[in-house]
Amino acid sequence: MDLLEYQGKQFFAQFGIPVSDGRPVTTVDEAVAAAEAVGYPVVVKAQVHAGGRGKAGGVKLANNADEVREHAGNILGLDISGHITRILWIEIASDISEEYYVSFTLDRSAKKHLGMLSKEGGVEIEQVAVENPDAIAKIWIDPVDGLSEAVCREWVLAANLNPSVTDGAVALLLKLYTAYTEGDADLAEINPLIVKTDGKVHALDAKVTLDNNAEFRHEWAEYEATQVRDEREEAAHAKGLQYVGLDGTVGVIANGAGLAMSTLDVVNQAGGKPANFLDIGGGANAEVMAGALQVINDDPNVKSIFINIFGGITRGEEVAKGIIGALEMVDISAPIVIRLDGTNAEEGRALLAPHLSDKLVSKPTMLEAAAAAVELAKKN
Amino acid sequence: MSIFVDENTKVIYQGLTGSQGRFYGLRNRDYGTKVVGGTNPKKAGTDVDGIPVFASVADAVSETGANASCIFIPAPGVRDAVMEAAEGGIEFIVCITEGVPAHDEAWFFNKLKRDFPNVRLLGPNCPGIISPGKCNIGITAGEIAKPGGPVGIVSRSGTLTYQALYELKLQDIGVTTCVGIGGDPVPGTSFIDCLEAFEADPDTKAVMMIGEIGGSAEEEAAEFIKNKMSKPVVSYVAGVTAPAGKKMGHAGAIVSGGKGTAAAKMEALEAAGVRVGKNPTEAGELMVEVVRENGWA
Repeated sequence: MDLLEYQGKQFFAQFGIPVSDGRPVTTVDEAVAAAEAVGYPVVVKAQVHAGGRGKAGGVKLANNADEVREHAGNILGLDISGHITRILWIEIASDISEEYYVSFTLDRSAKKHLGMLSKEGGVEIEQVAVENPDAIAKIWIDPVDGLSEAVCREWVLAANLNPSVTDGAVALLLKLYTAYTEGDADLAEINPLIVKTDGKVHALDAKVTLDNNAEFRHEWAEYEATQVRDEREEAAHAKGLQYVGLDGTVGVIANGAGLAMSTLDVVNQAGGKPANFLDIGGGANAEVMAGALQVINDDPNVKSIFINIFGGITRGEEVAKGIIGALEMVDISAPIVIRLDGTNAEEGRALLAPHLSDKLVSKPTMLEAAAAAVELAKKN
Repeated sequence: MSIFVDENTKVIYQGLTGSQGRFYGLRNRDYGTKVVGGTNPKKAGTDVDGIPVFASVADAVSETGANASCIFIPAPGVRDAVMEAAEGGIEFIVCITEGVPAHDEAWFFNKLKRDFPNVRLLGPNCPGIISPGKCNIGITAGEIAKPGGPVGIVSRSGTLTYQALYELKLQDIGVTTCVGIGGDPVPGTSFIDCLEAFEADPDTKAVMMIGEIGGSAEEEAAEFIKNKMSKPVVSYVAGVTAPAGKKMGHAGAIVSGGKGTAAAKMEALEAAGVRVGKNPTEAGELMVEVVRENGWA
């Protein structure tokens, strides 16, 4: 789960990381009140789950109430890479003398935590990595050992930061590592990490991605509330389905994430475009199948539906009963192509046979079914 | 022969008294797996359909001589369950549970490596392992696999593994061992661990490797295949057409910043001499070809 900048800063502040005083607001009047409270000059910043906010005009400096009013009015409602701005963060402006970059993330290949620190912050770090890789000091941290002060100091020295800020940087990075681990973040990034004109090290931005799997040991309801999902995804999540909306015309239902991904592949290979990824999990009972069909049916782009089920432990006849039951529960507008294979597939297909029509087609293999679904989508 | 588990493997189920643990524990026993016990500190001394329940893994090991464990504990308890298994003397830990926090996974992966270098962890978030006809630990449907050889299977995806087992069975081709390593960011056992074991197993003549988008495990496996493997490998990578930046169900299956794409993985595998199918069916056919060409079945 990605946090908005202000949520990331609140998250950092819980771990004692210095961030700028600010307020999240949703109206122009609130923005002015927030600016009066934190003191001018302030920065008015769009809070959206997208990068490139500055370039899109979503970050503006304001020296007085009139300027806050003007900028807040312009930025609220602003479309930034498809994300409409509904929340602003009004924060006190900082006097910056240096801009650094720091992040912690999991290196899946090394199976250790990776810290990256650079004195070339404030820009796209990917660009620094390509053009000047030596400017990024990397450290791999064994999760069992954690990050010691001595190792952290060596790391800071290796990054060639301004020597006068070494102590301040070490203190902040240790807190950031704690926030990353104890806070169960997949990513904790500060860009820029600034040195203010008074010599203090400070987080001017916050990019935090939390690990949804760790939600059981945290209070993340507030962060959940601002997550933006498309309507189809919202409906699917409410039914407990693994769904990702795509922009094609063939609705896809499969059991297992791998098979679902594979189904997208074969639809594409057959010359079609999938409308979604939908994994109904290992089983395939009538209720789950009905829920899945409902979600797909509500998508106006869907012109045909491809149900791709491989019966492992769930046997073919159970899957067939599930599909037949689901069809009784939901009135489906698009034609359906079913590929049922695996344990007791023959028995399952036999059960489906009396229900088959030009709206309900059964194909024995994944490739034939994909071709049929794509053809039906094109015809409709 | 087979890798990691065989007819002598004695398994306990951590979480045997829960609904999932009971269902699959009994199912695995019906398959012929030596299921020797379960653990639950509150239900020690009872049994599940004749399988004794012990207070701890250490008790279960000393009473039954178990050398493998299968974890069906809910995600919040997995970190402790994995360490209890290792400390209790288990050598092969299979963790089926999904939804384990990445920081926990990274922690116990490194902890095991350091303090219990001889313990192998499979998973979390994996379907388990089956050496057909000998031992089935986890949630794989045993009846879709033909015992014997000459093929070994390693996969990141559950249902695609079933698909592979089934297609080989239809062609009357047997499998030595099928390992589901799971789709999480820090799997206890990697593709390379399995490829290495298959390379050393005399009954495995060829290996089928099923990958997925995200991470770089397939690229690392390709490097290993190129340099260290003599046996032919056939592969399929799911998610060729998955859009970037979208999570596709498995925690690990996400493409970010152009890295971890299926195209890059397939290219790396092909460069290592692997025959890559563009869908599971084609990969199955390629494997059948390899087996027939060599007269292995």
